[in-house]
Amino acid sequence: MTVLEQPVMETTEKKHTLTKLAIICSKGSLDMAYPGLILANAARMSGVDATLFFTFWGLDIVNKKKIDHLHLTFVGNPSVPVPAMIAGLPGMEGFATSMMKREMEKLDIPSIREMLEILEDSGAEMYACQMAMDMFKLQKDDLVPQIKDVITAMDFMDLAADAQIIFI
Amino acid sequence: MTYAMELNKVGMDNEGFLLNPQDWTMELGQELAAQLGIDLSPTHWRLINFAREDYANQGQSPGLRRMAQQSGVTMKEIYQLFPKGPGKLVAKIAGIPKPKSCI
Repeated sequence: MTVLEQPVMETTEKKHTLTKLAIICSKGSLDMAYPGLILANAARMSGVDATLFFTFWGLDIVNKKKIDHLHLTFVGNPSVPVPAMIAGLPGMEGFATSMMKREMEKLDIPSIREMLEILEDSGAEMYACQMAMDMFKLQKDDLVPQIKDVITAMDFMDLAADAQIIFI
Repeated sequence: MTYAMELNKVGMDNEGFLLNPQDWTMELGQELAAQLGIDLSPTHWRLINFAREDYANQGQSPGLRRMAQQSGVTMKEIYQLFPKGPGKLVAKIAGIPKPKSCI
């Protein structure tokens, strides 16, 4: 048996470091709001630039009237530990949301409002989507002050140049 | 450069965190900071001392939110002091383990 000589692979070890993260938040439920905010915060804690773009239902996360009332999604969520028939009953989502909020308080996880304040202090930049704002008939005044500007998706492309993009 | 020699004697993991927080001295902290390109001001020290005390009391390294709430240094200031990422740098210089908190 002959063993063919294997070509020696060039192992130029180049360490890639993440320098910029751009996160698109498109969902407005409580369980979909946290991941984007926490990821952005972890990025800033590690010295990675973070830009957040809130669009469609994601605008609820930064809507002054809705920010403190985000709910869990119960129906259509296969991770929910109750049968779908029961999950759809009136009051179930409210019940589950208050349970989750209580658990998070125990673990000292900040509210969405506080998360946005922390992110602003950390230097993360937050933007709202123009088209979604028009769709929902929202003005910049309807949003929390941490939103730096209302921009188009094309503007976001410029801001996200060189960034890793995460869609939530 | 005697501190640099001291730095070689203490054990560190491959990320640069001290393996044994007891090995830490103020001089070592200064040298660790210098290697990271940070010139320590009194406010840096306030944060580092808080982190060390909190680690000694709680048995785990504080997250940034806890530091901002309890050390008297605001979140904004913390980021100004450690622009390259306060999450790990404070703990690294303070000679305590990498924080487990994401907040």
